[in-house]
Amino acid sequence: MTLSPERKRELLCQMYTIRAFEEKAEELYAMGKVHGTMHLSIGMEASAVGSIAALRPDDLILSTHRGHGHCIAKGADLNKMMAEFMGKETGYCRGRGGSMHIADVESGNLGANGVVAGGIPIAVGVGLGLKMQKRDQIILCFFGDGAANTGAFHESLNMAAIWSLPVVYVCENNQYAMSLSVRKAFAIERISDRAAAYGIPGVTVDGNDVMAVYEAVKKAVDRARAGGGPTLVENVTYRWRGHSKSDVNRYRTREEIEAWKKKCPIKRFRARLIEEGILTEEEADRIRDEAYAAVDAAVAFAEASPEPSLDTIEEGVYA
Amino acid sequence: MRELSYAEAIREALRQEMQRDERVFIIGEDVGVYGGAFGVTLGLIEEFGEERVIDTPISELTIAGAITGAALVGMRPVGEIMFMDFITLASEQLVNQAAKIRFMFGGKEKVPFVLRTPAGSGTGAAAQHSQSLENWFVHIPGLKVVMPSTPYDAKGLLIASIRDDNPVIFVEHKLLYKVKGPVPEEPYTIPLGTAEVKREGRDLTIIATSIMVQRALQAAEQLAEEGIEVEVVDPRTLKPLDKETIIRSVIKTGRVLIVHEACKTGGFGGELAAVIAESEAFDYLDAPIVRLAGRDIPIPYNRTLEYHAVPQVENIVEAARRLAEGRV
Repeated sequence: MTLSPERKRELLCQMYTIRAFEEKAEELYAMGKVHGTMHLSIGMEASAVGSIAALRPDDLILSTHRGHGHCIAKGADLNKMMAEFMGKETGYCRGRGGSMHIADVESGNLGANGVVAGGIPIAVGVGLGLKMQKRDQIILCFFGDGAANTGAFHESLNMAAIWSLPVVYVCENNQYAMSLSVRKAFAIERISDRAAAYGIPGVTVDGNDVMAVYEAVKKAVDRARAGGGPTLVENVTYRWRGHSKSDVNRYRTREEIEAWKKKCPIKRFRARLIEEGILTEEEADRIRDEAYAAVDAAVAFAEASPEPSLDTIEEGVYA
Repeated sequence: MRELSYAEAIREALRQEMQRDERVFIIGEDVGVYGGAFGVTLGLIEEFGEERVIDTPISELTIAGAITGAALVGMRPVGEIMFMDFITLASEQLVNQAAKIRFMFGGKEKVPFVLRTPAGSGTGAAAQHSQSLENWFVHIPGLKVVMPSTPYDAKGLLIASIRDDNPVIFVEHKLLYKVKGPVPEEPYTIPLGTAEVKREGRDLTIIATSIMVQRALQAAEQLAEEGIEVEVVDPRTLKPLDKETIIRSVIKTGRVLIVHEACKTGGFGGELAAVIAESEAFDYLDAPIVRLAGRDIPIPYNRTLEYHAVPQVENIVEAARRLAEGRV
């Protein structure tokens, strides 16, 4: 279950890349270069990276509206991602999807989703299809604490459980469904306790500890691949930024946000790798700088890319 | 030619496609040993096993999600929603997910599934088991909507729908399940987007969907005895719509009566009327376009009230006669 030093360096690189991408996204929005809204996962990088580290490259994910991290961790091309973000023809979805709909089926990302819990029912079908075709892959379905209160959650976990489908459900509990605190939205302490209702394992982990996330999800992935059925993993984390660009944080305190910033998943993992002798400070800085440089290059690519042609506006509705 | 009922024709289409393509499977509530609420899938679980005829819990949203997800990874699922009324529970997945995945993802993915569902009144099942909600889905880019009116069309359109690479909402009518008609034994397809002139006539055109095609044909028989020759056009697929066949018929007759069971306001008849009014057929119209549709009420339980909630043969006869006689 332990990862090689090389792999751990890669994970740190992914975390920095996500942070760099989202900081840049925010900056581009402020500059008026991006149309629409976005949902940032700054502060939640360990959840995306640790979860996806437990997958094989050919495994699949379903992501959420807060999905930049999942996409990057699954191996997306930053250029195509940034181009999509900027609505360009060279983007993953030819500028038709934007931040909330980035999909990269080649890397196993079956798509972000603009609807809370929108991907959860789809996970059943993907799991069923994989099982029927006797494919040795699993589907990891991300969703947030808010999605755990929809009917889709109940239907999907039950169906995956009764059919022992190769699905891993990863609930990224970032404490708020838009403005509603988990304390007000749940009468239970741990969302993972709901797993018991479906007869499947449920586990809650420190979602800001990338290795803890990796280990919990790996166990769930191994179980799913061996035919043992689904698991519900809850990564307890926190989003530093607002729900979307319209959020002015009326529902939480500055102190709370600052307290969580002290639990930064990237700083924590970096310090651990240095402590383990896997990295020096200089090497860690270089990984960080390379991540920011890669994002800058992606912005240059996106800015130089063409807008979609109006002639193509009706393309892609039907196969 | 051999005769089959509408339900048998659908079952034969399912069986033949499942024999031909192992990616095709059935999923829905009570579709297994029960055979579905109307017996359409009866016997298929014995032939194909519970791996390919899958009974689900009562979870319509996730039935729609399951066919979407399975289609995304290469299967060709045929889902069933027991009554079209319950498609309300599945709508998020159909409207926001399945219909839009291809477009949102830049035209790269495809979602080839069929969702079968029985619609319509006449069974005394009242307001929550009798609706005709097809036009909601006609309104959604990315979905196709098919409504067969005969056993022959049901088989050919279902096979075409299963082989289509898009999400198809396949709307059956409960009162048609026992209606018999000629159906070839071998598999065949009717291309989606091809209307059919079910009866030729010179005096007026009736455009009807689903069970209203059968009622329009009966009305046409009666009107023929009065010397009124009615042409009956069945679009068969509401989306894509074969506008050409419709327009050609209206140009020929100059009078058009649109008949469907769904509530008039916001129903597909409005779209048909607009298609005609926007086309070259407008200049050939000798009378206003007339719509005969379900009343704008929920379907009532009482037998008499239920009967009068939607167009019946005599209503079609009367409306067509008025139109043919220039009384509109």
